[in-house]
Amino acid sequence: MSEIVFDRVGHAFEGVRVVDDVSLTITERRVGIVGANGSGKSTLARMINGLVEPAEGRVVVDGLDVARHGREVRRRVGFVFTNADTQIVMPTVREDVAFSLRRLKLPKADASARVDSALARFGLTALAERPAHRLSGGQKQLLALAAVLVAEPAVVVADEPTTLLDARNARRVARHFAELDEQLVVVSHQLELLEDFDRVIVMESGRVVCDDVPAVALAQYRALIERDLDEPAQHAGG
Amino acid sequence: MIGVYSPGTSLVHRAPAIVKLAVLSVLVAAIAVQHSVLVLAGASVVVLALVLVARVPLAAVWRQLVPLAWILVLAVPLQLLLAGWELAVTVGLRLLLAVALAALYSLTTPVSETLDAMQLVLRPFRRWVDPDRVGLVLALTIRCIPLLGEIVAEVLEARRARGGEGSIRAVAVPVIVRALRTADQLGEALMARGVDD
Repeated sequence: MSEIVFDRVGHAFEGVRVVDDVSLTITERRVGIVGANGSGKSTLARMINGLVEPAEGRVVVDGLDVARHGREVRRRVGFVFTNADTQIVMPTVREDVAFSLRRLKLPKADASARVDSALARFGLTALAERPAHRLSGGQKQLLALAAVLVAEPAVVVADEPTTLLDARNARRVARHFAELDEQLVVVSHQLELLEDFDRVIVMESGRVVCDDVPAVALAQYRALIERDLDEPAQHAGG
Repeated sequence: MIGVYSPGTSLVHRAPAIVKLAVLSVLVAAIAVQHSVLVLAGASVVVLALVLVARVPLAAVWRQLVPLAWILVLAVPLQLLLAGWELAVTVGLRLLLAVALAALYSLTTPVSETLDAMQLVLRPFRRWVDPDRVGLVLALTIRCIPLLGEIVAEVLEARRARGGEGSIRAVAVPVIVRALRTADQLGEALMARGVDD
């Protein structure tokens, strides 16, 4: 497993502290991050492959400082976004998966075999020549996942990958995530997705308020939600 | 080019994209300077033969030609009035043939092959132009057309849901804001996919 280290990390957007003095070491295979909107969980996840550079502290993946070795880190860490639509670049499903391999300059036959394998893994073979933008939301998210995994990253970070999906597609995508062999860091509001993970981190106001096995961490998060229901105005921000 | 590719194994499908682009350029240029109705009628037979050889669905070719009807409806009668029937027919046939050839190219060539061909063409100019960047810009342009279409459709739908009233500004502002936000997200996704490598 890769080692992901957050060393006294802090960050602010427009004067608002979204991550505040976070220190963590992640070595587990499946780690979940939960928290209310604006708690800093997405910012923390984005730091793992350098989409956000911390204003304070540093993030290190397998000994590589993300701020200085962003390109090398991004080859090890794939990222799946909430909105798969903005992750699709090429017109057809096959071409979009193949797009992830362009930077590797693989021989055509090797690239084609890897694309075929990634499409088959997510049940997208029959849709390979379809226009990517005409897929359903669930199919688009599976395409985004295939496009990330075809590059064979060691770690997959996913930021609320099921949030925009209906219940059926959310379960389908969640099942695929659960079956991944790669190391996985998932930010999610779908708590049942994280129940059999190895570790769950609970974020609130930019800080880690609980870091434990899912049973304990999710119980603590549910308690926080209950508390927030009594004072909704303070916790409704984005 | 936006998702019109029709997979196949015909000779036209298998021909390298760079060859198809060269043939397309030569044929369209030759058609553009041709004044003889007879020669253009002969060219129409050749284009139809190419469509049949490519074994692409005729309905797919037809769908690519339909948007041209608006231009033909205006241009042909105008030429008929101003310059006579021969020029009117010539103008109509030139437009139809050029679009049919372009449609045939799009129907038989995946966009990724066009990008590869463009990179090949631009390779001698690598010192001044980054072929990968040009290819990426082309791919993103093609991708952004349906994406923008979806944004406009969603904003119009939201406007209808709220009563359908409001100025053009009430549509333009949310479309621009959402388009810029989408551009940001797309840039972030490209970075995550290693495009800056």
